Amino acid sequence: MKYLMLVCVDPEFTPGADDGAPDVDDWAGEMDGRGIRLMGDRTRPASAATTVRVRNREVLVTDGPYIETKDVIAGFDVLDCDDLDQAIEVAARHPMAWNGVIELRPVWPWNEE
Amino acid sequence: MNNEIAAIYADGWGRLVATMIRFTGGDWGLAEESAQDAFAQALRTWPSAGLPDQPLAWLTTTARRRAIDVARRAAVERDRLPQVAALPVGTDDAEIPDDRLELVFTCCHPGLSHEAQVALTLRCVAGLSTAEIARAFLVSEKTMGQRIFRAKQRIRHAGIPFRVPPPHLLPERLSAVLHVLYLLFNEGYSGDPRLCREAVRLGRVLVALMPDEPEAMGALALMLLQDARRPARQDGAGDLVVLADQDRSRWEPDQIAEGADLCERALRRGRAGPFQLQAAIAACHATAPDLAGTDWAQIAGLYGELRKVAPGPVVELNRAVAVSMTAAGPAAALRLVDAIEGLHDYHLFHATRADLLLRTGQDPAEALDDAIRLAPTEAERRLLIGRRAAARRTGPRTGPPSRPPAAG
Repeated sequence: MKYLMLVCVDPEFTPGADDGAPDVDDWAGEMDGRGIRLMGDRTRPASAATTVRVRNREVLVTDGPYIETKDVIAGFDVLDCDDLDQAIEVAARHPMAWNGVIELRPVWPWNEE
Repeated sequence: MNNEIAAIYADGWGRLVATMIRFTGGDWGLAEESAQDAFAQALRTWPSAGLPDQPLAWLTTTARRRAIDVARRAAVERDRLPQVAALPVGTDDAEIPDDRLELVFTCCHPGLSHEAQVALTLRCVAGLSTAEIARAFLVSEKTMGQRIFRAKQRIRHAGIPFRVPPPHLLPERLSAVLHVLYLLFNEGYSGDPRLCREAVRLGRVLVALMPDEPEAMGALALMLLQDARRPARQDGAGDLVVLADQDRSRWEPDQIAEGADLCERALRRGRAGPFQLQAAIAACHATAPDLAGTDWAQIAGLYGELRKVAPGPVVELNRAVAVSMTAAGPAAALRLVDAIEGLHDYHLFHATRADLLLRTGQDPAEALDDAIRLAPTEAERRLLIGRRAAARRTGPRTGPPSRPPAAG
């Protein structure tokens, strides 16, 4: 089962005593090796985003993000996991789970209800 | 005949649903629907045709046939069903697998909300109808139906696996399952007593399926011991009776004996967890002749152990109550209570303080007012109002305050 893993910044987060978050390169290396991580990268901040709409056949382009909130999405990965338990295990070992938040969105294949 | 069918339903429903979830490749909706159809057909035919030799195998075969029919008609599942339909069909009840553990663990998966976990467990494992669950939780049948439907959908869409978790996840997940059972039990303790019965029944199933897990035994023991006191917990007018005033002859002796024995056997494994310790505390209360004859020093000691494995302000509060009854006395207990943080919205915090103030010769009025203001149920409010009136009339008394249903 595939999951889109959104790597997010937690605006509320304040670094505490509990350090020891894993290293992101170690994480990516391991997950690539296990065939779990299909792809992934950082994303540039919302200030670099572009929003596109087509209305009345006209392409409307706006600078900035669609959802005007604090800059939360910092990156993404596409995971191929056995099930949610494995996806949770993988997400929990990403450093941003320790310093931010990770959201797991199941991919919805076109041939499924 | 109807009693026999009811007994088969009580034991067979969860098993049938679990088997059908596996059979349909994780289609919880279809699994439940076909299980329900199989029982409906049993109710129609068994009274006249007689009970089949192997009722569970009969139900499974019937439910499978029904699932295949539905799936064929829907056509959507066509690519998946034929291969699972090739699974061997048992003709003997003993050949029908028991996947109820998988079912319970999936229903209580942390990827589901507590509300969803409880509703799903009652529907799929215990076999209560949606209408019954809705009544117990005071919501409309439609709301409960949607809650269950969404939970089943979420299991499928989020990819929650149908299995008993592997060893490295088991302690955490078992504790989630036990919490759901205990939540159910507490819901019934202050509301619909059927929920207590179901929680105890599911606790028995869990202990039978996981005989090596002392915490499961501890949870069952705790529920049995607390449930044993139920007959004495309310007076004729429906008002709560505190432990000090309960007529102990109305407690259920068999249930106390079973709970105490279970707790002892669990603790002998040497892996004491929160449920075992709470059960041990409940056993001290349940086996004491009266309040004065209760081994408060041991109870205080058990709370001391409990705060190590499950620290929290409610445990501190209960420990203070126990300490107040030991040689240390209410003044020492009051110091413990005053040091507790984070319970100022909890009525029993103020009720306990009021009691300790009274027993150390101080004015409890303000603390009682706070407790009354925060009381969650009418019965508890009435009890506290009665206590405020008594405090005005007579002044100091001895004895601990009412204890929360969660003994920790």
